[in-house]
Amino acid sequence: MADLKLTNIEKAYGEVKVLANINLDIKKGELIVFVGPSGCGKSTLLRMIAGLERITGGELQIDGSVVNDVPPAQRGIAMVFQSYALYPHMTVRQNMEFALKIAKKSKVEIAAAVDKAAQILQLTPYLDRLPKALSGGQRQRVAIGRSIVRDPKVYLFDEPLSNLDAALRVATRIEIAQLKEQMPESTMIYVTHDQVEAMTLATRIVVLAGGGISQVGSPLELYERPQNEFVAQFIGSPAMNLLAGEVVETGAQTVIKLAGGGTARSAVPTVTADLGMKVNIGVRPEDLIATQADPLYTGVVEITEALGEVTLLYFKRQEEAAQVVGKLPGIHAGLRRSVVHLTADPKKVHLFHNGLSLLYR
Amino acid sequence: MEQFVMAAVTILIGVFGCICYFFLSNIALDRIYPAFGPNAGANINRASQIRPWLFMFPALALLTVYLVYPVFVSIYLSFMDAEGDKFVGVSNYIWLINDVKFRESMFNNLLWLVFVPAASTFFGLVAAAVTDRIRWGNFAKAMIFMPMAISFVGAAVIWKLVYEYRPDGQEQIGILNAIWTGMGGEAQTWLTSPVVNSFLLMIVLVWIQTGFAMVILSAALRGIPEETIEAAILDGASPLQVFMQIKVPQIWGTILVVWTTITITVLKVFDIVLTMTNGQWGTQVLANLMFDWMFRGNDTGRASTAAIIIMLMVTPIMIWNIRNAAREAR
Repeated sequence: MADLKLTNIEKAYGEVKVLANINLDIKKGELIVFVGPSGCGKSTLLRMIAGLERITGGELQIDGSVVNDVPPAQRGIAMVFQSYALYPHMTVRQNMEFALKIAKKSKVEIAAAVDKAAQILQLTPYLDRLPKALSGGQRQRVAIGRSIVRDPKVYLFDEPLSNLDAALRVATRIEIAQLKEQMPESTMIYVTHDQVEAMTLATRIVVLAGGGISQVGSPLELYERPQNEFVAQFIGSPAMNLLAGEVVETGAQTVIKLAGGGTARSAVPTVTADLGMKVNIGVRPEDLIATQADPLYTGVVEITEALGEVTLLYFKRQEEAAQVVGKLPGIHAGLRRSVVHLTADPKKVHLFHNGLSLLYR
Repeated sequence: MEQFVMAAVTILIGVFGCICYFFLSNIALDRIYPAFGPNAGANINRASQIRPWLFMFPALALLTVYLVYPVFVSIYLSFMDAEGDKFVGVSNYIWLINDVKFRESMFNNLLWLVFVPAASTFFGLVAAAVTDRIRWGNFAKAMIFMPMAISFVGAAVIWKLVYEYRPDGQEQIGILNAIWTGMGGEAQTWLTSPVVNSFLLMIVLVWIQTGFAMVILSAALRGIPEETIEAAILDGASPLQVFMQIKVPQIWGTILVVWTTITITVLKVFDIVLTMTNGQWGTQVLANLMFDWMFRGNDTGRASTAAIIIMLMVTPIMIWNIRNAAREAR
């Protein structure tokens, strides 16, 4: 239930900077998701907010006061770990009341908090069990319950679902979403490498890459208007296709002559000075549509993956170019080895120059 | 020089002999049941049923000759007279129960049993926790572990010098007396003052066993999942609370194994007492009592009776210890 403000946050291990220039304003009640590839520092950033890692530069404010040197327990945060981190020798109840006992709360108060959390998480029948007698999903709920009883200002989730199997992951994801609904006031920061979790849970997503923030925005903002090629390819699955080309016509609609021979039209406006500019066009697999005339891309289908509601088409690579993937609704298993012409709605064609979107110039 | 050569040759023959046994017996087995030809499948199955027994045979044979057989002979001898040729019923046991020295030994063994495992485990746990945190921790660990490498007799000799008393007029050389006189006391003959002297002997064993406890407990402490500790820190626990409420309970099984292992060592303690006081001045223990009757009293009946008592005391702890260790290893 608090605002967070990260100003020029930096993390260095000796000479090596793993995070730098992290600036972020998190408002009360938001659910912020940190995503990024392995090793991008998202967990490190979360642990710095928690106080488990020292902040080597910059300033972290919670509710307006700087907490860089405040011990973890006094920052008003609670954390849910990937491995649950339940105390194995304590029952579910003891696990949940541990923090309150340390804080010397009264017995009545402790019992009330634990019972309430147990009820929210449907853990009441398991209160006297040891963690080892619980399933993975139940353990994760206990871990969440341990956070809830402390009534923290900020909830931190460190890849909380990655130890669960696929079905349970979906169920627990929905439970977390419901939990957030029940506690609209509470601020949550959630780390994941799973973009589905990011897209479904987040109020805003922070994409981290190469030790910095790549883009911050709502899930659909990131999907529809990525600021750079990294975000464009990271959000969405399969990743956005990037094709090299050159601007041949400018104006409200830009025409691009592609290295592979096709012609693309994009709704991203350009100016006369952009003529001849080397760009990459970005088209999501789901935005590619079959056409007869004036194709953007023509290729031989190498592999088809029929998923039922859609069919993924993997085209044969052309020399150095990256592989192009198409996603057509319905079942088209017969397209294998055939030549397919594709085009796209100009509104769905992104333009990147030097890795950055021309939309944001 | 001759002794050195003998020792080297013995080691060579022993090690080389063992290697040869395993190597050659394995080859022989493979010859008898070759893993090829028409019966390859059946042969492999049969060979792998025999192989464990083949490899365990030397150990089983030695254990039978030097452990199982002596147990039965000891039981037999405890019902016989001093020379071991006349049946005397339970009279050895009756004598033992009424013997002053036996009662003293039982009392001392109980003292050892309470003090040594508790002190060793406690100091070992503290040393493990502290050395994991400091930069020169590994050096400190090596130092604390070092006494484990010293034989009990060697350790006893070292500590005998620590407790040394020289008659009046001579210069005192014992460190304990140096400290004592330094604080204004009179030089004492430490090893002859009852009860205190027993504890002085126990300190020697604590000194040796702390290293053992530390090594095992340090490994256990490192096995605790880091996240549970971080979760406790986030929950607001102080370092002491983290240690007492999160770490210690998680390694409780290991603590018990260490405790009982040291307990068994304590019940068998003999060398330290023999070397330092030989059981005089109220320091007698069961193992030394047995030794006294065996080699000084030349009474195999009474010595065997004492041995049986020691075995009866060790066995339940041993069983419990093995069960615990098996549960830890699961």
